[in-house]
Amino acid sequence: MPLSKRDLLPIRAETDIVMVRQAVRKACIEQGFSLVEQTKFVTAASEIARNTLEYGGGGEAALETHIEGVRKGVRIVFTDQGPGIADLEQAMRDGFTTGGGMGHGLGGAKRLVEHFEITSTPGVGTTVAIARWK
Amino acid sequence: MPDSRLPDLIARHEADLLAQWAKALSAAGATREDLMKPEELRAQCADLLGSVRQALQRGGNDITGQGWEKVRELLTEISRTRAQQGFTPTATASFVFSLKEPLFQRLRSEHAANPALLVEETWSTTTLVDKLGLFTIESYIKAREDIIRRQQEAMLELSTPVVKLWDGILALPLIGTLDSARTQIVMESLLQRVVTESTDVVILDITGVPTVDTLVAQHLLKTVTAARLMGTDCIISGIRPQIAQTIVHLGVDLTSVITKSSLADAFKVALSRRDLMVVKRKAAAAGAQA
Repeated sequence: MPLSKRDLLPIRAETDIVMVRQAVRKACIEQGFSLVEQTKFVTAASEIARNTLEYGGGGEAALETHIEGVRKGVRIVFTDQGPGIADLEQAMRDGFTTGGGMGHGLGGAKRLVEHFEITSTPGVGTTVAIARWK
Repeated sequence: MPDSRLPDLIARHEADLLAQWAKALSAAGATREDLMKPEELRAQCADLLGSVRQALQRGGNDITGQGWEKVRELLTEISRTRAQQGFTPTATASFVFSLKEPLFQRLRSEHAANPALLVEETWSTTTLVDKLGLFTIESYIKAREDIIRRQQEAMLELSTPVVKLWDGILALPLIGTLDSARTQIVMESLLQRVVTESTDVVILDITGVPTVDTLVAQHLLKTVTAARLMGTDCIISGIRPQIAQTIVHLGVDLTSVITKSSLADAFKVALSRRDLMVVKRKAAAAGAQA
């Protein structure tokens, strides 16, 4: 898919999550997403960004906008070099959390977007990619 | 460097130096006449050059020393006002660095016959102006940080307006990002007011919150639970269609809380909780007569 823009956003502090949300919202508006689509995608990005910070110990997000003929899309890839997730199936399940959260973050984010990919290697880190097409 | 010829040189050619400095400033694009009047700028230049000369005469070119107090004060004030007026860091630094050109020119014409002395004088002058420039930038950054800190404090205060809608009914219009530090303050001030106002119903209005993710939902639920423990019911209002859909997909359960799409609807519920109702005056009068 042809890439039209790619921005790297650091996730090192709580305020960076706000910056990620704002950047994602701006990209969604540029791609002509409806208000519901924007809100869903921004919320999903917010969940993953918080996971990157809290469980991954910080990392970065690559925000990409794609244009393929008449189709337009936004993709964001979160990478961290944290401890990784040993049991992905368990982590995706609603209500499961190792922190103090609600345990709906990963599962919820997956339901909010069209494409969701997660790869994780214990001791190496975790990568989560979410994408939505218009 | 007590034997420097610089103070003497400045004293003899002060007016000339100032004119050239003004020229260099406008060449460097540091005048910004939209932000600052030319007379004001000239006065600043004259003040600064005069106090630099005095400081040099009094002793040393160590700008952290006692003799340089007035210069430091002037520069701090200049960078503070410039940070507030919206000058860029480059424009602020150029104000000081533009002094180099006229000084060097003057030195060159003075010491043309003595190259060794010229190099020495040029070197000491450039170090001095550099130090002054760096000091200016440091003060400028400090001033900017002050502005940012003040704005942050103002925002924290802004973020927690608990308003009383009626006897026993409070509303908390939440606006912007509900990150944890702010939510903590919101929650504390709300619970405090619940006690002092003897409240039956609290309305948490999230119309101004653009994103409701699981952390925000969790904060809201915690606030609701804490208020309930104190005997106060909570209503969450301002749930827009896109937020409702997002919450459903996230799988967050808000069914234990009364939720309404608008603050007006939530207020109606709160009134009925208190056995109150809003009626038209005419209808009320007719009811009283009958």
